[in-house]
Amino acid sequence: MSFQIKEQPTVYDVCIVGSGAGGGMAAKVLAESGAKVALIEAGPWYDPADPKYITQLKNPWESPRRGAGTQRAFGDFDAAWGGWELDGEPYTRKKGTEFDWFRSRMLGGRTNHWGRISLRFGPLDFKRKDVDGLGDNWPLSYDDVKPYYDKVDRLVGLFGSIENIPNEPDGIFLPPPKPRLHELMIKEAGKKLNIPVIPSRLSILTKPINDERGACFYCSQCSRGCQAYADFSSSSVLVKPAMKTGNVKVFTNAMAREVLTDKEGIATGVSYVNKDTGQEYTVRAKVVVLAASACESARLLMNSKSSRHTKGLGNSSGVLGKYLHDSTGAGRSAFMPHLVDRQRYNEDGVGGLHVYTPWWLNDKKLDFPRGYHIEYGGGMGMPGYGFGFGMENTNGKYQGRDGKIKPAGGYGLGLKDDYRYFYGANVGMAGRGEAIAREDNYCEIDPNVVDKYGIPVLRFNYKWSEYEIKQAKHMQDTFEEILTSMGGVLNGTKPGPETNYGLAAPGRIIHEVGTTRMGDDPSKSVTNRYSQLHESRNVFVVDAGTFVSQADKNPTWTILALSMRASEYIIDQRKKGNI
Amino acid sequence: MKRRDTLKALSLGTITATVVGVEAHADVPKKPAGPSSLSEFKNGKSAAELAYDAKIAAEVFFNAHEMQTVRVLADFIIPADGKFGGATEAKVAEFIAFIVKDMPQHQTPMRGGLVWLDNQCVKQFGKKFVACTKDQQIKMLDQIAYPELAKLDMTQGVAFFNLMRNLTATGYFTTEVGFKYLGYVGNRPNQWDGVPPEVLKKYGLSYDT
Repeated sequence: MSFQIKEQPTVYDVCIVGSGAGGGMAAKVLAESGAKVALIEAGPWYDPADPKYITQLKNPWESPRRGAGTQRAFGDFDAAWGGWELDGEPYTRKKGTEFDWFRSRMLGGRTNHWGRISLRFGPLDFKRKDVDGLGDNWPLSYDDVKPYYDKVDRLVGLFGSIENIPNEPDGIFLPPPKPRLHELMIKEAGKKLNIPVIPSRLSILTKPINDERGACFYCSQCSRGCQAYADFSSSSVLVKPAMKTGNVKVFTNAMAREVLTDKEGIATGVSYVNKDTGQEYTVRAKVVVLAASACESARLLMNSKSSRHTKGLGNSSGVLGKYLHDSTGAGRSAFMPHLVDRQRYNEDGVGGLHVYTPWWLNDKKLDFPRGYHIEYGGGMGMPGYGFGFGMENTNGKYQGRDGKIKPAGGYGLGLKDDYRYFYGANVGMAGRGEAIAREDNYCEIDPNVVDKYGIPVLRFNYKWSEYEIKQAKHMQDTFEEILTSMGGVLNGTKPGPETNYGLAAPGRIIHEVGTTRMGDDPSKSVTNRYSQLHESRNVFVVDAGTFVSQADKNPTWTILALSMRASEYIIDQRKKGNI
Repeated sequence: MKRRDTLKALSLGTITATVVGVEAHADVPKKPAGPSSLSEFKNGKSAAELAYDAKIAAEVFFNAHEMQTVRVLADFIIPADGKFGGATEAKVAEFIAFIVKDMPQHQTPMRGGLVWLDNQCVKQFGKKFVACTKDQQIKMLDQIAYPELAKLDMTQGVAFFNLMRNLTATGYFTTEVGFKYLGYVGNRPNQWDGVPPEVLKKYGLSYDT
């Protein structure tokens, strides 16, 4: 192999790095405006309707490990090619740090397996500092973003219900699916406790919205990628339609190395290594759009050093990589004695919860800032690896078919029947909350470690504060209240201070944001309110790196809205000759 | 894609899917010359994943005696009834033989547990577990199958049997016969229109409120 760097002959209007939510949206908006787009993706091509990729509707016995997570983090059938650890692509942690980084290397990135929970940030979420004095306000308000949320709703589609809750803005919704049995019980409990339980808001098509995409057929497997394109993934819903314009060239297995700049600090393109051949390439472009994920885009900028940008591109403020934050997360489950011996019917439903609880205590004074929403699970799901584990903790605790409690554990026909009798009687819930963005939670370049492509890797420094820990405590109290009110018997022991109340390690909820945050003051932010680098006018960041704060909402819908907004701004600025 | 076409494609997809298990092992690249292409996929798995699965499948962990013991234990845990097959019909022992190679954390507890079991049987009956009479086997299992009733010198056996019970249950209920026995009727295209009315009635719930 020669060490010559191959330069692609074309000069593209735009080079986008990453094909997830942000990159897919930018590709679609820009290509449809007529721009010539190069889209660089670190993983292979993916199409959930192509038989060679399909895992949807496969049965557990089609996997020798029955869908366990030995190979893929979320199991053999999950549509995430990647995981917490990637072969040859390490990251490191500073002493005392817990942070796990999930990466999907494939067309569409992590949108192929995500939970499809599509929540708008509300008016308060953009201005939380005004409420509690912590962190920073966004330079944007809800009204600035609302038109883009509306356009995303129409373009991508989601279901939900009009609720008129002030900080949970309604969208343009398709009809929501009816609640499952346990979800109706959760609703009842919510009524008693004054906790709202409303239809979930998921980007799954309960009705077709165009000829390219089918409607949901209720297999509950959005995490496997949908062969009818009935849910949102960037690959199916944005990248492929963008390619139909003829204006997009996709480079797969292309791992970006650096953003290239000229003497003036203006970007001239991106260099990447082809993972299959090891060959180095450069793509020249007039505008560079980073959408590699909050941490990966920050890494790319930090690694884009020049005499003009000695700390990395866009980092004269020193803010790059700082204010990293993930959602808080904790969960609990309970056994519902009244749900034993259930009548069988197909309860799969859509891929995820049919109801959820939005944060309901904005007006209450609590011992922690911000809030969380609650996601619910349960029902007669498909068995996979792990099904049936722990029967010895159940069948000696609750009455069996004959009304008697038998000795725990056992074997034989009686045990066999227990699995059938107790099936579908568990309900679980999980909180997803807002952490406070802090300067001292950050990622940076590890001075000593490179990946197998020779690219310096990230080192994380992260600690939860008392705010997040107290929030998790509140979650646990709420879970117990709801589950008990439903007549449930809580599983396991209540997580206490020794485990931070079950608070998941940062990174585990896979909502990491904030590393290239936006702001009006170039000394305190990396990009401006249009997601444009303060110090390099033709470089934009359209992933969740620009988030000033993450709300208790899943980030995807806001990534899509802000990427669309930034892309329209790019079109406008190109027309005006400013970039 | 229109819904009609989708459903057609789905039914085709499902037919393809049912033969996958047979094909999976044959699909190993002949020799891993250099890094295999990152883009090669079949049946939802990359060439690298298929090669890994084939490598694991080809390894041997349990010896013949261990395998035989696992087989007998699995059938005690989930036997056939008049209508539905049990662990043998569901090839549970074969699943366990695979999963202990795929999840090395199970290897010592399983191997050691099997030896522990044989030693107990030799102590109590003068024979290894599989050589014992059915009555003796039941006598042995009754000492380790009920965690809350087990004597203090049986706790290691209880831990082993819990693991054996767990793996047997998972191995059984993730098969076709397991689905049928359980009554799982999902994993197919359908229309969700809510909980059936008679079920709503049973629990005193309704969609109207």
